Amino acid sequence: MNKRPSIRIIPCLDVTDGRVVKGVNFTNLVDAGDPVEMAKVYNAEGADELTFLDITASSAARETMHEVVSRCAEEVFIPLTVGGGVRSVDDVNKLLRAGADKVSVNTAALARPELINEISERFGSQVLVLSVDARRANTPSGFEVTTHGGRQSSGVDAIAWIEEGCRRGIGEVLLNSMDADGTRAGYDIEMISLARRHCRTPLIASGGAGSLNDFEKAIAAGADALLAASIFHFGVFRIGAVKEHLRNSGYIIR
Amino acid sequence: MIAILDYGFGNVRSAQRAFSRHGIASEITSETQMCIEADGLVIPGVGAFAACMDGLDAVGASAIVDARLVANRPTLGICVGMQVLFTTGVEHGVTRNGLAQWPGTIEQLQSDVLPHIGWSEVQVAGGSTLFRGVTNERFYFVHSYAAQKWEIEPSESLAPAKVTWSEYGSAFIAAVENGPLSATQFHPEKSGDAGATLIENWIATCR
Repeated sequence: MNKRPSIRIIPCLDVTDGRVVKGVNFTNLVDAGDPVEMAKVYNAEGADELTFLDITASSAARETMHEVVSRCAEEVFIPLTVGGGVRSVDDVNKLLRAGADKVSVNTAALARPELINEISERFGSQVLVLSVDARRANTPSGFEVTTHGGRQSSGVDAIAWIEEGCRRGIGEVLLNSMDADGTRAGYDIEMISLARRHCRTPLIASGGAGSLNDFEKAIAAGADALLAASIFHFGVFRIGAVKEHLRNSGYIIR
Repeated sequence: MIAILDYGFGNVRSAQRAFSRHGIASEITSETQMCIEADGLVIPGVGAFAACMDGLDAVGASAIVDARLVANRPTLGICVGMQVLFTTGVEHGVTRNGLAQWPGTIEQLQSDVLPHIGWSEVQVAGGSTLFRGVTNERFYFVHSYAAQKWEIEPSESLAPAKVTWSEYGSAFIAAVENGPLSATQFHPEKSGDAGATLIENWIATCR
């Protein structure tokens, strides 16, 4: 029996107004379909988990998102993480009730870190993913946290923030490289490796996957799970092909 | 009819969907008589052991489970809904009594990286009913605590429990089948087709 869980491959669906979108560096959005239909396809292809990111997160769009989550949970029986615009314990409660298994927090937790404690005390740390949009910068670790889809600096050191999140009760870290996101030039291996050494929870790496070898390198650097969007949406790689490649490289895959 | 125990914790809708997928109606309820008499009762659970026990005490879960087992009616605990079936839970230094159907203590897993999140293999107990038709499959786990010892000695007068193990840092109990009382530490309702097979197998015991 293998002593570790298998490496998770997680397609991420960026959703606005009930539709999936994804563009290079979040600015050039291209419609890529209905989220629930895509979720079913990814499930059939062997996705280990799904992530929905509500990238508009206006209050009207949030209601639409709850419907999408609920529809998805009716049809797809693998874990579902939802993020985007989560600002309060009540937001988390509504998403969990709609059918999400985990929620991710980002900007709101930066603005008010106590939110992490409040969510984990109420629902347990296992529901909470800390989403960190990080880029290279002149901070102590060499990486800083950005906000607004990577457009603004928060002035917070990325590694210090991950450590604080762990102390406050997160269950997982989603580390997204804003330098690599959308470039398909490979994950930021140095950042993953550094985060792994300072993070006590599972680590999901995101941003920059462009070749089959990229996935392998991110795992070797310490990622427990790999998240990607556009390369799956546009069929650059099928999930099955990624898993087959990793299996052939000796990694444990479901 | 399957009852899903509603005590304020656990993803009751996910449990309900897992049954409707098989065309089985279920009721999310805390009504005592309905919970006692249902063909099958599911005890879901996520979050902290102590908080779940507070919720279970508030709906009189201990008496419900006792009454069901006396009548030999299938009862299934999932995740923390499994953990509370043991004697004691210890989380963050807080010790809380469980429903005490099985001896043992729920303790933190021995790993540097917690929670244990992901799809892990299980070492299926010989003669298992729940895992019938499931081979070399993984199940979805998300937890930091687990039962790590099975403390009931085999005896001539009792049918032995079927204990399925998994491993994360150290060995822990992934599932127990003990007469009408079963439990899984993983989430069958989130474990894709393997989980669906397990739920189907459990439904078959409820008829």
